[in-house]
Amino acid sequence: MENRNLKGWLYLLPAILFLGVFMVYPLIDVFVYSFEEGYNSASQTFFGTGLYNYSYILHDPYFLQALKNTFILVIVTVPLSTLIALGISYGLSSIKALRELYQTIFFLPYVTNTLAVGLVFMILFQKNAYTDGLVNLILGLFGMSPIDFIDGPYWAKMFVLCFYTVWVVLPFKILILTSALASVSEEYYNAAKIDGTRPFRIFRKITLPMISPMLFYLIITGFIGAFKAYSDAVALFGTNLNAAEMNTIVGYVYDMLYGNSGGYPSYASAAAIVLFAIVLTITCINLLVSKKYVHY
Amino acid sequence: MKVVLQHITKIFPAKGRNAKDTVAANDLDFEIPDGELIALLGPSGCGKSTALNLISGLLKPTEGRIFFGDDDVTDLPPENRGVGLVFQNYALYPHLSVMDNIIFPLGNLRGKEKMSKPEMRAKAHEIAKLVQIDELMERKPAELSGGQQQRVAIARALVKMPRVLLLDEPLSNLDARLRLQTREEIKRIQRETGITTVFVTHDQDEAMSISDRIIVMKTGIVQQIGKPQEVYDSPANLFVANFLGTPPINVFSARVAGEKLYIGSDAVLNVKGAADQEVTATVRPEGFILDENGPFVCKLGGVEVMGRDISVVSTNENSVNPTIRSIISAESRVDTSSPTVRFSLKPNKVFLFSKQTEERINFGTV
Repeated sequence: MENRNLKGWLYLLPAILFLGVFMVYPLIDVFVYSFEEGYNSASQTFFGTGLYNYSYILHDPYFLQALKNTFILVIVTVPLSTLIALGISYGLSSIKALRELYQTIFFLPYVTNTLAVGLVFMILFQKNAYTDGLVNLILGLFGMSPIDFIDGPYWAKMFVLCFYTVWVVLPFKILILTSALASVSEEYYNAAKIDGTRPFRIFRKITLPMISPMLFYLIITGFIGAFKAYSDAVALFGTNLNAAEMNTIVGYVYDMLYGNSGGYPSYASAAAIVLFAIVLTITCINLLVSKKYVHY
Repeated sequence: MKVVLQHITKIFPAKGRNAKDTVAANDLDFEIPDGELIALLGPSGCGKSTALNLISGLLKPTEGRIFFGDDDVTDLPPENRGVGLVFQNYALYPHLSVMDNIIFPLGNLRGKEKMSKPEMRAKAHEIAKLVQIDELMERKPAELSGGQQQRVAIARALVKMPRVLLLDEPLSNLDARLRLQTREEIKRIQRETGITTVFVTHDQDEAMSISDRIIVMKTGIVQQIGKPQEVYDSPANLFVANFLGTPPINVFSARVAGEKLYIGSDAVLNVKGAADQEVTATVRPEGFILDENGPFVCKLGGVEVMGRDISVVSTNENSVNPTIRSIISAESRVDTSSPTVRFSLKPNKVFLFSKQTEERINFGTV
């Protein structure tokens, strides 16, 4: 028995070593840093321990802005992208002709560079001295005055960020959901059809529960992904996100470490720990809620 | 509710360049009397499931009309036909409890027929009692045995009181013992409800044992329709004779000459009225009589004692199958030291078929 245990540990050793060095240790380190006040990474010294770092970031308007942005982003894009993906994949699974063509088209954004997509979005939405941009051109057709989505009012910028995020995460969700829908046996639908079940009831009572594990997976990873958003904002608004009021929590952490105002690993660590706590809480809530609605 | 199929043909168009159209049902033309239990019997690919799906409405016929009673249902979608269908794999919704599975069809009712939750539950309990699963109502399908799942599937098909109940290979997913039990159960449920029931099977034993009437099919064409015993005692062609009966019927190449049936050089039977010709002769295993002076001589292969009766395995060069299997009473003694065994044949267990058409050739016994 002991011999077998030893063997097992031996097999696990490489994974444990790597996870330990590159995940567990940094995690603990970040946790420790977040309580060390005035830590200087060059001299490796600090003045004392306590909750000052947390108090600082929670009073930092930039952090609060980043927190607000992240939450809006999460609350808007996760449900929206999942719903749209569900609609599109349901549509895809209902058609026969051209299905593969559409699948390819919907999947294209996934293999396109995020920064390139961001640039295209910027050009579409931008309003500058030379042009109002394509989107404003269209809005103009409906008699609306041009809005600068990239450098204008907060809500306009937030709209573009959400729009962009939904656009970027859609392909993966569509891919997962189309295969989930395809795996539901035709017999269930035939059985429902014989009983005269209306399409909406079939969708709600049969299709949805059957694909619920996949849906749940997408929601969890969607939440986590959206909380960790950063590159999307950079792609659209450049690196000075604080000035653009478009920073996210991860962006704030980065700025605190390496940005123009950077060099504060303690504040960065505290912010990272706050993000960690939020993601953990939300994921736990998700798991609890899922017990009721997810059928394996 | 009687079900009438009038010249039903179903053609699946060819897919691919060199493929041919598949005629899954070829001019099906029969009537299923009200309140009977009917078996659609045939080997796989014979079109029996197609026939079932045509009745259910999941498939539309290429030609022909289908009637339930006097209503022409050919153009009605499945939900308006009033059929209950039990799928081969049951198709129980895995995320719903037994109760919710059974009341699912009731939730689709609208207008005047709409039922309240308590009404549905009462109805479900009533049906569950009939199929004897009323103690399992809160379980999920995954927590049930195959036989129990089968009953839930039947309950779900019955709860709307369909005009016709259809079962697609209802017993194929059950183990041998459960199969025997469940087929009795299906018979009982059918008797108690009196609903016209059609079930599909490739197992002739199953079809023979519980159905009021069997329809034997092959390559989309109906071969014979009749009461199980009739079909067994009087097969219309070689295929039906071959398909029905365990152990299977023994097949010989033979010829008729001077109103006598010859297998090889043995004149085994008087066949009055049969014209001289080459024929395929078939003999049911129970059609052999052990007879020291019998006309039919075979090489003795072995004797298997099976309690109630004895199975004698022998060979004959004119047998189409490698061995001849005959079943005789256990009281008979077979001389196993002898290299040969002699039989005489029971005339009513011998069937002759034309070599060309494989159709039955009738003869009289003296």
